[in-house]
Amino acid sequence: MTTTKPHTEVPTPRGPERRPAPLTMRQRMGRWDVKFSPYLYIAPFWIVFAIVGLFPIFYTAVISFQEWDLVRNTGTMVGFDNFAFVLQDREFWLSLRNTFSIFLLSSVPQLVAATFIAAMLDKNIRAKTFWRMGVLLPYVVAPVAVALIFSNMFGDRYGLINSFLNDIGLSSIMWHVDVIPSHVAIATMVNFRWTGYNALILLAAMQAIPRDLYEAAAIDGAGTMRRFFSVTLPQIRPTMIFVIITSTIGGLQIFDEPRMFDTNGQGGSNHQWETIALYLYNKGWVDFDFGRAAAVAWILFLIIIAIGLLNLFITRRFIAGDAGASTKKSKKVTK
Amino acid sequence: MTRICRGGRGDFLANAATVINNPAVNFWKALSNSIIVSTAVSVSTVVLSTLAGYAFAKLRFKGSGPLLIAVVATMAVPVQLGIVPLYILMQRFGWTGNIGAVIIPGLVTAFGVFWMTQYIQQSLPTELIEAARVDGCSMIRTFWHVGLPAARPAAAMLFLFTFVTSWNNFMWPYIVLDQQSPTLPVSLSILQANYFVDYSLVLAGVLLATVPLLLLFMFAGRQLVSGIMQGAVKG
Repeated sequence: MTTTKPHTEVPTPRGPERRPAPLTMRQRMGRWDVKFSPYLYIAPFWIVFAIVGLFPIFYTAVISFQEWDLVRNTGTMVGFDNFAFVLQDREFWLSLRNTFSIFLLSSVPQLVAATFIAAMLDKNIRAKTFWRMGVLLPYVVAPVAVALIFSNMFGDRYGLINSFLNDIGLSSIMWHVDVIPSHVAIATMVNFRWTGYNALILLAAMQAIPRDLYEAAAIDGAGTMRRFFSVTLPQIRPTMIFVIITSTIGGLQIFDEPRMFDTNGQGGSNHQWETIALYLYNKGWVDFDFGRAAAVAWILFLIIIAIGLLNLFITRRFIAGDAGASTKKSKKVTK
Repeated sequence: MTRICRGGRGDFLANAATVINNPAVNFWKALSNSIIVSTAVSVSTVVLSTLAGYAFAKLRFKGSGPLLIAVVATMAVPVQLGIVPLYILMQRFGWTGNIGAVIIPGLVTAFGVFWMTQYIQQSLPTELIEAARVDGCSMIRTFWHVGLPAARPAAAMLFLFTFVTSWNNFMWPYIVLDQQSPTLPVSLSILQANYFVDYSLVLAGVLLATVPLLLLFMFAGRQLVSGIMQGAVKG
């Protein structure tokens, strides 16, 4: 680029090495521009991430080995004491149990419902955009607002749901006392928020399925149900795994709904619905023990990584299995 | 208050007024804070993500590959991992109770950078950039006149997502802010407190806090839908 326009350049000095012409100021600026602009463009992200992401991660590790003094705002090293405390704390294990229980109660029905809704939306219906927007509507409502409404509906004495149960002759369910009912109630809030969102993701995957697959199946005599189970489900499997992974990561960090489930926000009198995130909050901003809270944060992180790796492992096997199945199918077609 | 509740007669305006006028709820402050925080966070996220995404997608520089992988890796880090030191940091700066403490951590997200990188990579022909460069555009002018216009649809979606997420964000604002200067979810959470549990009041508060986002949704929900569906196909 620099040699094609000789008239803008200083004449080349005739040295034995034939060095390129010394650059003009403008050219030098241009080179600097090309060289350093990209770094300049990504710098804001990295600066912000360094301050609010990277530094806290490492500092969490440091704090988790310290006994934090709130008054002096510094810590003294105590080794693994905080981890030992957390791992021996019954409350922690209860919160771990609750987190997984709520996660299962929310993810499984959610996936089934989302798939069903997506399949409905995938049909040739009128007012497509209207239905899609309607399905997404719960997603924009703040979880705190959702939790306020649902925890009222799930009220033990005067709640809407219990009065309905009484009306049809069933006895009340103690949503705020018993373990599983409280998990069901919280899972309901999570489902309310995310089912439509996931349905749209699955719908996108369904629309990407080549229509001739359905035609071929129909010609082979497959009914609606058979087509759904033998064509749609295998085809959207990778997207489904994506949905499962993202909902796992989100599900393990659930805080808003259990926090807002009763007036105290401590996760219930017997920690019935205390999740790990809530446990972290209770250690940090109720007990004001930052060391223990930091230890909980690291344990939660490790759990998420472990489950992420597990997911990845299962995903690989699934996708491999899927690929095998589809090649088999295509062989059949060519025969 | 109890009369309204027992009577069961719908009087939304009275309930809304009770919520708005209650000093503990601090409604107007919460509303303005939420608007400021969500707007600042979304604008900044869109601008900085587009800039970084453009660099990752279209510019050649040493270490771009590993750096992009690092960005993706940071997406897996849960927010709650850094929440304790972040609080200590804000305390040192004297920013607790200040909405700046909520804005700063949201200035740019790894998701935003990744999202914009993906989009720009697919939708912006490299020839356009080269043409602008040959015509003598500086790097930043090329970005401004070629990169940014091409990224506009994805930027709009990112804006919506970030706005909704920021508007509904609860845990961190709840920790770092107080009721003197809350965001809407933080101020809403007080309706759950003992002396307040009153169905109609709670519903009025919920409605008041949700209406702004519902309005946004009415106008831009279509784009939000297509954003989610596009992201699903790419992701």
